[in-house]
Amino acid sequence: MEAVIIDSGGANLASLQYAFERQGARTRVSADAQEIAAAPRVVLPGVGCAADAMERLRRSGLARLLPSLTQPVLGICLGMQLLFERSAEGATECLGVLPGEVRRLSAAPGRPVPHMGWNQLGPSRADPLLAGLEPGAYFYFVHGYAVPAGELTVAPVEYGEALSAVVRWRNFWGVQFHPERSAASGARLLGNFLTL
Amino acid sequence: MELASRYRNEGADELVFYDITASPEGRSVDRRWVQRVARVLDIPFCVAGGIRSVADAEAVLNAGAEKISVNSPALADPGLIDALSRRFGSQCVVVGIDSRLTGQGYRAFQFTGDPGRTRESGRDVLEWVREAQQRGAGEIVLNCMGSDGVRRGYDIEQLHAVRQVCQVPLVASGGAGEIAHFAAVFTEAGADAALAASVFHSGAITIPELKRELRSAGIEVRL
Repeated sequence: MEAVIIDSGGANLASLQYAFERQGARTRVSADAQEIAAAPRVVLPGVGCAADAMERLRRSGLARLLPSLTQPVLGICLGMQLLFERSAEGATECLGVLPGEVRRLSAAPGRPVPHMGWNQLGPSRADPLLAGLEPGAYFYFVHGYAVPAGELTVAPVEYGEALSAVVRWRNFWGVQFHPERSAASGARLLGNFLTL
Repeated sequence: MELASRYRNEGADELVFYDITASPEGRSVDRRWVQRVARVLDIPFCVAGGIRSVADAEAVLNAGAEKISVNSPALADPGLIDALSRRFGSQCVVVGIDSRLTGQGYRAFQFTGDPGRTRESGRDVLEWVREAQQRGAGEIVLNCMGSDGVRRGYDIEQLHAVRQVCQVPLVASGGAGEIAHFAAVFTEAGADAALAASVFHSGAITIPELKRELRSAGIEVRL
């Protein structure tokens, strides 16, 4: 078993499992603290809203466990946002692994919210998670909230302003897009994660 | 399944699966089939067809779909949109609208998958688009019935009118017959995406050539 996908109660864990399956990797979906602590890699997915997801992580005790993990951890979409201190979505206190806040995107003509679609990453720092990806690779985004680009940003994406598309601090990585739905570039990124 | 893989390989940005007879027949889209598609497909895909409850939606999402689209059931019970977006987030709740110009303006129609049961819903399309967004729709797919299937171009005028009241992504549907139609829907109607079926199924337009031409017309596309 190569990774545990945290069952935070949201739906749609299947597409992530299938994406790892296409990489030849076995995953388990779990909300069990011991199993998660012992996993070689941990994925924190997230579809739904921040307040619900945090509530479930608190109730299962995982909110205390997650910041203490030392193996590679990958937060995806809402899962990435939960790694930060707090989110404007329902004024939610999050895990606080990474400094910073999640803000609501504001709609403008030609820039609808949620931000939905394929966007290119901006210039990125060297990071093993992005190894072998061409500059300007396209990834699929679906989100209404985001973290502005900052010190932890490995690769930004431009949507009215520079947002964090990929962040990293120590063993924690986060991606705002959905690698499991980002065709070849997403497959590459997930493959890279499995080698961390 | 073959079509799904082919379109993915040709560079389609998203696939939408409509089981259009599900609602008129009172059933929901087949989940095992959704699961088979989700296993092989690594681009976003949206599933529509007879999703009438949070439980129906959950089953389709758990089978691996990215988004769910509701049309007739949302017209029958608009609260469904609120319930779905509260549970799954508005980013995966698409509201599909079948619309046609009538003596009373643009009106939304139900059960369009069965010509014998198709009926006007009593709702004005612009009002319905506003309400659906307030209730939590994260995307609107506007299928203009008057231009659907005739390949004479998207209904630019109607899409433009809906664009003015639509702050979430707007997907144009109905009428694509040639590459210029796709360009027009982006530059003239301000749609965020264009959906087409028959021109791709028949091979009249291939996705790679469409995307190349759109890019050379200055429209940003993923190649």
